[in-house]
Amino acid sequence: MSMFDGLRFRNVSSPIHRIDPRAKFIYVCALFVAAVLFNQLIPLLILLLIQIPLVVMAKVVREWLRLIRGASFFAAIIFIMNVISLYFYGGYPSLASIIEHALAMTVRFIVLVESFSIFFLTTSPDMFGLSLEQIGVPYEFCFAFTTAIRFVPVLAEEAQTIIDAQRSRGLELEGGNIMRRIRNYIPILIPLIVNAIRRSLELAEAMESRAWGASKKRTNLYVLKMGSRDYCLIIVSILMVAASVYVWLFIKIPSITQILWP
Amino acid sequence: MWRCSRLIEVEDLHFTYPNGVEALKGISLSISDGEFVAIMGQNGAGKTTLVKHFNGLLKPTKGRVLIDGVDTRHVSVATLSRKVGLVFQNPDHQLFSETVEDEVSFALKNFGFDEGAINERVEKVLNLLDLIQYRKVSPFMLSGGERKRVALASVLAWDPKILILDEPTIGQDSYQKERLRQFIVQLNQQGKTVIIVTHDIEFVVECEPRIILMKDGKVIADGDAREVLTDLKLVSEASLILPEITQIFVRLNDFGFPRNVISVYEAKQLILERLFWRR
Amino acid sequence: MAVIETSNLTYTYPFAEKPAFKDVNLKIERGEFVLLTGPSGCGKTTLCRCFNGLIPHFYGGNLEGEIVVAGLKPTEHPIYEMARHVGLVFQNPENQLFALTVEKDVAFGLENIGLPRDEIRRRVDWALKVTGIYDLKDRAPFELSGGQQQRVAIASVLAMQPEIIVLDEPTSFLDPLSAKSILEIIHRLNRDLEITVILVEHRLDLAARYADRVIIMDRGQIILDGEPRRVFLDERARLIGVGIPKVVRLYLMLMGDGIDLGRVPLSPEEISESIVEVLTSDRS
Repeated sequence: MSMFDGLRFRNVSSPIHRIDPRAKFIYVCALFVAAVLFNQLIPLLILLLIQIPLVVMAKVVREWLRLIRGASFFAAIIFIMNVISLYFYGGYPSLASIIEHALAMTVRFIVLVESFSIFFLTTSPDMFGLSLEQIGVPYEFCFAFTTAIRFVPVLAEEAQTIIDAQRSRGLELEGGNIMRRIRNYIPILIPLIVNAIRRSLELAEAMESRAWGASKKRTNLYVLKMGSRDYCLIIVSILMVAASVYVWLFIKIPSITQILWP
Repeated sequence: MWRCSRLIEVEDLHFTYPNGVEALKGISLSISDGEFVAIMGQNGAGKTTLVKHFNGLLKPTKGRVLIDGVDTRHVSVATLSRKVGLVFQNPDHQLFSETVEDEVSFALKNFGFDEGAINERVEKVLNLLDLIQYRKVSPFMLSGGERKRVALASVLAWDPKILILDEPTIGQDSYQKERLRQFIVQLNQQGKTVIIVTHDIEFVVECEPRIILMKDGKVIADGDAREVLTDLKLVSEASLILPEITQIFVRLNDFGFPRNVISVYEAKQLILERLFWRR
Repeated sequence: MAVIETSNLTYTYPFAEKPAFKDVNLKIERGEFVLLTGPSGCGKTTLCRCFNGLIPHFYGGNLEGEIVVAGLKPTEHPIYEMARHVGLVFQNPENQLFALTVEKDVAFGLENIGLPRDEIRRRVDWALKVTGIYDLKDRAPFELSGGQQQRVAIASVLAMQPEIIVLDEPTSFLDPLSAKSILEIIHRLNRDLEITVILVEHRLDLAARYADRVIIMDRGQIILDGEPRRVFLDERARLIGVGIPKVVRLYLMLMGDGIDLGRVPLSPEEISESIVEVLTSDRS
C-alpha cells in the first residue's frame, strides 16, 4: 500500500490544501499539456523542479517521495525501453543523445505522476466530489466516487484480517506452483467478496433510511467559491501553457549533449 | 528436554505497525499451562495485537514471545498455530467453504492430518458444538450464532493446546453466551489453556478467570477477577464499568459489607448472613 | 395518541418458508421509551425495519396486516418520506457513515431532502451539540472510536428531527463505558426532546432503567409486553433466555429466601437502597 499512500489525501492544513480543486485541476492539466509538448530534457527538468516548492508548501514531502520511489520501478522500465528502441530505430547520432532522450521520456513520466500526486494528496475526496458535482457531473456518480474512497482503507484492513484468520488455520500463501498459489487465494477472496456485498447492502439500507433520493434538487452543505488565490493559479496555469506553446513554436531548445559536446 | 509449565512467556514486548502506530509498549507476562485468562480493555488498547503475537501472525519489534519455550520469531505461523488456536471475532472473516464439514476440515488438511483422522475429528467437534445436523449445509445459510460456533469448531478441530477467542460474545444473546461460557469453562477444566479477549464484563464475572487489563499498549493490572474488576480506578481506565453486583456493594460499603463482591450467589449469601445475624 | 400501531402484522422474507414474525399487535404511544429484546432470530430486527418502510420497499417479501407510523402507512409512502418521521440507527457504526467528515455525514439526510443551506447548517450544529460531538465535526468518521461513530449515527438521524428514533442494538460493538454513554444520550433524547424511542438491546442491565416499557419477542411473536419491573418478574422472561439484569436476579433469589425488598430494582442504586432500608428497619 505504501506507493498508493502517495495518492491518498493527507488532511493537513496548508495554502495548497485550501486552493479550489477546480483551480488545482486546471493547473494539473496545464502541467500535463506542457509535459506532453516537450520531448527535450531541459524543459522537462524545469517542469519537474518548479513543482518541488508546491510539495514543500503543501507539507506532503514524505508521501510524495514515497510515491516517486514507488514510481521509480516504472520509470526504470520506461528508460530501458526507450534506450533499446531508440538504439535500434531512432537514428540518433550518439549514445549520449539516446540516453538524454530516454531520460527526457522518463522525466516526463515522473512529472505526470507527481502532478497527479500533488492534486490527490491535497484535495479531500469530499471536495473533489463536490467540484465534480458543481461542474455538472450527476450526484450519484460523485457519491459513488467519495464512498469508494472512504471505504478503501476499511477494505484493506478487512483483507488483512481475513489473511490473518486463514493463516491462523494453517493456510500458507507462499510456495507451490502457480495453480496452487491461485488456489491458495480462494479462502481469502470468498470472505472478502461476501463481506463486501454484505457491507454494501447495509450501506444501501442506511442511505435509504436517511432519505436518499428524496428530492431532485439536492442541497449540498458545502459550496465551492473561487477566491483570488484560485484565480491567480488559473492565470499562472494559462500563462504556463501559453509560454510553453511559444517556446515550442519559436525557440530551438538545445540538448544537454550539444551543450556539453558542441 | 525440560518443559516449562509457563506456556506463554512475553518479555518486554514492543510492537509498532508499519504505518508507525505503536500498539504495544513493553509488555511482560507469563501464562501457565491450564490457565484461564481474560484480556480486557478498551478497543485500540492493543488486546488483539497482543494475541496475534501468540501464534506468530505478528513478530515483536522489540522483546520476545516464547510459546512452550520456542521463540516465535524462529517459527512459522502454521507451526505455532498447531499449538495456539486463534478464533477471530467475526466468523465472516474466515468462512468460505461449501459445507460446514469442509470448513472444519480446512485447517486439518493444511496441517496434514490423514483422511481417517480428519473425518473422526470433524465428527467429534461438530457433535461437541451441536452442529452435526448442519454437516452438509453451507455455512452461509446459518444464523450469526451458528456461524460463530462453526468458526470455533474449525479451530477446535485440531485440538490446539491454547485456545484464544477474540470477542466471543459480540452479537450473541444471553442464552448463547451462557452456552458458550459453559463450554469454555468445561474445556478449561479438561486442561486446555483458554484466553479470551473481551470487554464483556458481566460475561467475565461469571467465569472468574485471571484478568489482564490493558490500556494504550500496556498492561495496567494483572490478577484475580475479584480484585481487578472491583477497582473503580483501574476499571474506568480500561473503559469498563464495575460489575453490576460490585456496584451494589460499593454502595453498601458504609454498612460494613466488603466491596469486592462480583458474584450474585456470594451477594445473596452475604446479605442473608447479615440479616440473620441481626436477628 | 399512538405513534405506531400495528394489527396482525405478519412478514415473510422473499424465498423464506416461515414468516419472520406473525400477527404482531403493537401500540406505541408518543414519547414512550420502549425496550425491545429477545433471543437472536426472534424477529425484533425485522420488525424495526417495518417502521420506516425498509420492509417492504427495500427487502421485498410479503407484509400482511396493518401498520401506521406517525399517521402514515409505510407500505404506501416511500422510505425517504418515512425517514423524516422515523430515524433508524443500526448496529454496526462502520457501515452507516459514508462521508469523509462528521458534519457532512450528519448533513446527508438534510441534503437529500433539499433543505436550504443555512437551515442544514443550523440543524447539523444543533444535532452535533445535543450528542456532544461538536468538537469532532471536521474529523473523518472512520478515524473515530466506535462510541464516537455511534454518536455520529445518532446525530445524523436526529438532524432530521424525527418523531421516532429506532435503534437496532446500537451498543453491541462498544465497550461498556461507551455503551453506557450512548444509552444516556438516548435517554436524554427521550426525556428532553420527547422523541419516541424504540431500542433493541441485549444489555438490559444498562438499558432497563430508562425504559417505560419492555417488549420481549420470541420466535416471531410478542411474548411479554409491559412495565420493566413486571416483565422481568415473569417466569417466561427467564425461560426464553433474555439477559435479566443481575439486580433482578438477586432480588428474586432473596425473595426465594423470604426477604422482600419491595419494588423490583432496575439498577444497582435501586437495589442497594432497598437493601439498606431492610437492614435499618430490621435493626429497630
